[in-house]
Amino acid sequence: MKKVRLATVWLDGCSGCHMSLLDIDAGILAVAQQADIVYGPLVDAQEFPENVDITLVEGAVSSQDDLSKIQKIRSRTRVLVALGDCAVTGNVPAMRNSIPVSRLLQRVYTDGPTGKLTIPSDGVPQLLKQACPLHDYVKVDLHLPGCPPSSQAILGVIKDFLAGKKPELGSKVKFG
Amino acid sequence: MPVKEFSIRIDGELVKATEGQTILEAARAAGKYIPTLCYLEGLSAVGACRLCIVQASGTDRLLPACTTPVQDGMSVTTNSPRLTEYRRIAVELLLVERNHICSVCVSNGRCELQAMAQSLGVTHVRYPYNYPSLPVDMSHERFVLDHNRCILCTRCVRVCAEVEGAHVWDITSRGIQARLVSDLNQPWGEARSCTSCGKCVQACPTGALAEKGRSVEEMLKRNDNISALATQRGVLA
Repeated sequence: MKKVRLATVWLDGCSGCHMSLLDIDAGILAVAQQADIVYGPLVDAQEFPENVDITLVEGAVSSQDDLSKIQKIRSRTRVLVALGDCAVTGNVPAMRNSIPVSRLLQRVYTDGPTGKLTIPSDGVPQLLKQACPLHDYVKVDLHLPGCPPSSQAILGVIKDFLAGKKPELGSKVKFG
Repeated sequence: MPVKEFSIRIDGELVKATEGQTILEAARAAGKYIPTLCYLEGLSAVGACRLCIVQASGTDRLLPACTTPVQDGMSVTTNSPRLTEYRRIAVELLLVERNHICSVCVSNGRCELQAMAQSLGVTHVRYPYNYPSLPVDMSHERFVLDHNRCILCTRCVRVCAEVEGAHVWDITSRGIQARLVSDLNQPWGEARSCTSCGKCVQACPTGALAEKGRSVEEMLKRNDNISALATQRGVLA
């Protein structure tokens, strides 16, 4: 049987959703029988591959880099899952959204006690005006809220997709 | 004058009601569940949150159960795909209006708005978030007012005016500019009419009003005793 191609992505989040994913413990064995993890913080691949069946995306879209990533991921993925509150609502990264980016960077990098630091510009992506949920930019096939979503909820979603059915989350998940 | 008895149908079931009762009161007395957010038993009803909307025979308009009096022979539907859709919309609009960051809220896991979103199966919000810049009033010695979490349900306004009798709270401005204010728009700590009784904190369904020093998930509230007190004192009589 051809294995399902599964990917995970970490945008503007704290990696807590990936920690919860790791918490499925032995559950990973059943997943591994049916799926290959082809991209993500847990594997080595450098470039997001073509023809991915399911991608779980953690984090909000906060920078130019996040934006180009999520657009590429969407074009190469059959089923896109927004994993956790940052991807679903913006959550903590979105707490900066009422502050203009220039003032935010100034406050963080140059208003410190020494006042000697400069705002980094080389090798770091430009911040977008606001940190936003994935569905502000691309079509999302399933929203799995939670901060983080429980490992059982994540495993349930993966198993449902592997069994060829669309997960029914209903009232089983919550924000926060 | 004797109280008139009415016969109404709720979800097809024949239920006895009395004149002057609201649809919500009749439904609750009959053990029927209608979701509510701004309603708190014992306090006056204002029909602000629209979670308790129901369908009634003879009108296409959806009616708030908490403020609509029963009529003899009326037939009420409390649950349908149409009602669920409108209730979801109401919750989603509350979530986009201000900054409800459940994960870092004192009321995470104990919040009525969060629980309502969950029970209605709201897994995401379809409208653009507003991201307003809102203050947090820390001026009171014991309590905090976080406007980011306020849904303007006015439970605090009513419990303070109707049960405590102090009427510290009110709503100023209109629409998206509406804000909860204490006394004549003074910081809470300077509001001289406040007795620091804390009923507003207990009545608040979200993390907007909380005890100082509570961290994420730590704000445990009880409003059953507020309902009991209000009922004993006959606030609505």
